Order: sequence, then C-alpha cells, then structure tokens
Amino acid sequence: MTKSAYRNKDKRTVKIDAYGDTHRELNAKLRDAVSNGTLRIELQNVYGQRYIGTDLDKPVEIEIFGVPGNDLGSFMDGPMIIVRGNAQDGCGNTMNNGEIIVHGHAGDIIGHSARGGKIFIREDVGYRAAIHMKEYRDKKPVLVVGGTAQDFFGEYMAGGIVILLGLNLKEGEHHKARFIGTGMHGGVIYLRGSVEDFQLGKEVGVAELDEQDRQVLQKYVGEFAAHFGYDAGEILKHKFTKLFPLYLRPYGRLYAY
Amino acid sequence: MKELSKINNPYSEGKVIDACSIFGAMDTSGKRFAGDGVIKAIANMHFRGNGLGGGFAIYGLYPEYREHYAFHIMYLSKEAKLEVESFLEQRFRVEVSEEVPTRHTPAIVNPPLVWRYFINVDAQKYDFKSDDDYVVDRVMEINTGIKDSFVFSSGKNMGVFKGVGYPEELAEYFCIEQYEGYLWTAHGRFPTNTPGWWGGAHPFNILDWTVIHNGEISSYGTNRRYLEGFGYHCTMQTDTEVVAYAIDLLIRRHNLPIEIAARILAPPFWDDIERRPVREQKLLRALRQVYGSLLLNGPFTVVIAHQGEMIGLTDRIRLRPLTVGTKGSMLYLSSEESAIRLVCPDLERAWIPMGGEPIVGSLERPLVPREVAIAGEPHPDVN
Repeated sequence: MTKSAYRNKDKRTVKIDAYGDTHRELNAKLRDAVSNGTLRIELQNVYGQRYIGTDLDKPVEIEIFGVPGNDLGSFMDGPMIIVRGNAQDGCGNTMNNGEIIVHGHAGDIIGHSARGGKIFIREDVGYRAAIHMKEYRDKKPVLVVGGTAQDFFGEYMAGGIVILLGLNLKEGEHHKARFIGTGMHGGVIYLRGSVEDFQLGKEVGVAELDEQDRQVLQKYVGEFAAHFGYDAGEILKHKFTKLFPLYLRPYGRLYAY
Repeated sequence: MKELSKINNPYSEGKVIDACSIFGAMDTSGKRFAGDGVIKAIANMHFRGNGLGGGFAIYGLYPEYREHYAFHIMYLSKEAKLEVESFLEQRFRVEVSEEVPTRHTPAIVNPPLVWRYFINVDAQKYDFKSDDDYVVDRVMEINTGIKDSFVFSSGKNMGVFKGVGYPEELAEYFCIEQYEGYLWTAHGRFPTNTPGWWGGAHPFNILDWTVIHNGEISSYGTNRRYLEGFGYHCTMQTDTEVVAYAIDLLIRRHNLPIEIAARILAPPFWDDIERRPVREQKLLRALRQVYGSLLLNGPFTVVIAHQGEMIGLTDRIRLRPLTVGTKGSMLYLSSEESAIRLVCPDLERAWIPMGGEPIVGSLERPLVPREVAIAGEPHPDVN
C-alpha cells in the first residue's frame, strides 16, 4: 500500500450523502463502492453512524464531513479515513491497518486495543486513549495527539507508539491527565511538555530519549505536521519525555496466592 | 405500584447490551421552544437504547398554571384512579383534572392510564410544613401506599412524559409536539439490571427536580438507606431514583449550591484533595465526612434539571460519555456530539468536560462553564 494509491481525487471518486442512513445502510454502501474499485469516497452529512469503514480492507480514502459515530474504523484493515470535524468515542477500536486523521478533537478510548495502523488527532482526546493498544512483530499501532489528554492516557498499554504533543498548553503549563500509563506493560509513550510524578501510573518509568526514539518521533511527528499543516521542526525542538513499562506483567501476582 | 407482573419486556430474561442516550437542551434566555429538535436528537441515538424506556422532561410547560403543582399519575386500574382521586381531594385543592392527551401508536403496547392534576396545597390546613415538604410526603404516600398508581411528575410549571418504548415513540404517543418549554431533557433507556417498566423509564422526578441517567449506581443500597432517614422511599426499582432524592435533599432542603452538591456526588479522590489549597482541603474533607453516604459509586452520566437550571455531571473517572455544545444562549448536553450537531450544525463551541466537573446552564447566570474543560478546546494556532 503506497501513498500514491490515495490522493487520487479525480479517478473513481464516489460521493455519498449519509443523511438518514443507519450504520448498516451506510456501511453497506461503503462496501459496495469499494468492491466496485472506488479509490476515494466523500461522505456528506454524517451524523453519528457507527463503525464507519469497519469491514473494509482496501486502501480506499474516505473523507467524512460531519460527526462520525462511535467506533469509527473499528477492525478496519487498510483504508485512510479523514474526518473534517470531531470524532466520538472508540475511534480506531481494534483497528488492524490503515489511517484515521481527525481534524478536530476525539472522545474516549481512542485507539482502544488497536493492533496496527495510525491515528492522528489534531486536538485533544478524552479519557483512556490507547487503552490496551498492542503490537506483534512489525504490527505496531501509532497514535499521535496534537492537543492534550484526559485521565488514564495509555492505560493497560500492551504495545504500540503513543505521542502526546500538548500543542495547546501554555508555556510552563503541565498536562492535566492523571493515571498516565496505569497498568502499562508494553509499548512506549512520548510526552511533549511536562507532567508531575503523581500524574503517572505506578507501572511506568521515565527516561530520556535516545537516538532511536528521536528517529521514531521525527517520522511520526513529521506525518502529523504534514496532515495538519504544522512545522515539525518547531514541534520537535521542545523537550520530550519517554514513558516505558517497568514490568511485563504488572499484575502477575495480584490474584495468585 | 408494585404490580411488576405487568411489565412489558419483549426480551424476557435475555440481556441486550446497549447503553443509554441522554440529551438536554436549554435556552438560558428563558425563551420557550418546541421539542421537534430534541426528539430528532434523541432519536438519532436510537441504537444506544433498546426500546425499554424513553421519556422527556419539559420546563416552562404550564405557564397558565405556574403556581400549581402539576401531578402526572399513571394508573394500572380504574380502582387505583378512584382511590388516588379521593386521596387528592382530601389533601389538596384540585383545580383541574384531565387525561393526558395521547394518540394510538402501534409501538406503544399496554400503556397505563395517564392523568394530570393541577393542585394547590391548602395553606391553612397544613402550615406546619413547607408546601414542598408536604407534597413530597404525599407523593411518597401514594407511591408506597396505593396499589397500581404512580406519581411520576410533581413539580410546578414542568412535566415528565415517559414510558416503555423508544423515546421517539413515546413522543408520538404523548403528542409531545404540542408542548413548549425553555428546557428539555430526553432519555432513551437500556435497563442495565432492573425491569423495564413504565415507572422505571427516565426522567425521574420529585417536585420540579428531574434526573436522566446513563450508567449504573453501585452505591444504590448505601444511598437509599441514607435517604430513607430523610423520608425518601425508593419505589421505582431502579438506581437513578436516588439521584433525584439526593439532589432534592442537598439543594432544596440543605440549601447547598450545585457546585458543592457535585463535590458530594462525585468527590475528588483523597490524594487529589491532599494537593489542593488548605481551605479547599478542609471543605472537601468535611463534605466527604458528612455526606459520605451520598457518594455515587459506579459509572454515571446524569443530566439534572429543575426550574431555571440544567446540570450535566459524570462520575469522577468518566466511565460514561458527556459532550457539551453551546450556541448563543443555547446549552446542549448529550451522550454524543453528533446528536447536537444534527439540530445545531453551527455550534460555537463543543467540548468534553472532565469527569466529576459539573456543567451548569442557568437562567440567572451567563452561559460560561466555570471549570476548565480540556478536551476539545479550540486550538489557538490552527484555523
């Protein structure tokens, strides 16, 4: 799947007016369009239909105008979804491959159990973003958040790369999320901007960045900046902190007597 | 009304997994509006409920009887109606009694008889108590003492309409299109652990307080026992009822502002309290000590309303969703942003408040949430 498969604005573009459709009707229309070889779909008047793109496995580009419903792109395997507005809860739930780009904020449990693909949120995310995100060999999900997050960010994370940029924090202002990385046992969180110790879960350690970390940030912050028109160099000048899991099985002894 | 064999639950004992839908709209300038937008918004979240409960609360509903308590009463039998009406005649001055207009709707099956009464408390007879306390006692008396009858709305210049069905079906059944109000709340129900029956639908009401709720209150037993000490009896077989009584106790009887009441229902964690300034620590500790039994445990989002005010509140770790939208003097609270955008596409602001922080819309105060909401703040340097 290459970038040139997307961005094909003229060829095989389909416009769908989603007004009044149930989630089943809308997803059936998407399936039909994709099986006919459509490369790009414009969805107008989307008001809360759930699971958009859930069972698509082709590199189709779907641009959404309106507010997509919960579990946007859940189990999705390849498409690129661009949201011109805000996303609701469960965006990217158990997603396998593809990209979700939200030009706004997003609700709770963003990237819940994701096992591949990339999610870029321009503004803030709600509670429990990246909860139980996972990875296996080369399948490594990525979540980049431009704003800040509410509590339990990266809760029970088992894998993947999560980057919180805090671009809307004022000079010297801390992130506000508490219980960051509670129960984390895999993956990595990069924070731009500062947090106090009490905001971190008991299962995470704090480290300075090494060269490999910088390369990871360069790549994904670069992609974030390209999506939303930022200067990646400016963002990367700021100090980042790396959070990593202290234990592989933090609760291994909890129920064992 | 303890006749729960008359529940109509097509799912029987089977469990369907959904959520609840919550929607509130208030014109903080006090201008009354029709409910078509509210019905459209709550219907847009159809899939959150399962058709076992829907309802509406409307404020500014009966301006022509603004000084009267408006009782909405469900009856499962004609005998119950006779008994309750003679009870009302003995204890109140009944100004008007009429059947609540309904229309035949295929989706609504076995509805109870629903009547409304505009009544006054005879001050000379009962001046030893406030009118409100007197009314609460009588509502409790009917709901616990008279079989097959149930007062589900008892406030002034407001009313609740609810039953078993999807909210848009109940709207059609109760001819909701004929009503206007400056504050509307609406609920679509997925009963979690308790029966789906007419009285168990939301909103819950006592006096002019109403509560709609998504979640489950695991502290129900503790809360209920505490409230019984103050004369509140839970009769509706569902957890949400305790929120309505708790709010009536804290705000009307104990005279606490909503910001304090929110700290009682969803208090900060002890270690959070320790990081606050000393004066605030003292206050928060005192609240947890005095009102510990009113802490609501478990996941919840509620929209609480009374005359002139609408309040959105979630549990302190926000286990259920709440999105806020504003435009001009309008305040919207909803389980999902899409429902707000459907009726108001050009919101000035939409955001997701922190868990445990109350969002208050009031006729008396400007429309500015006083707590910092972090998710969804517009970016200063984007667009």
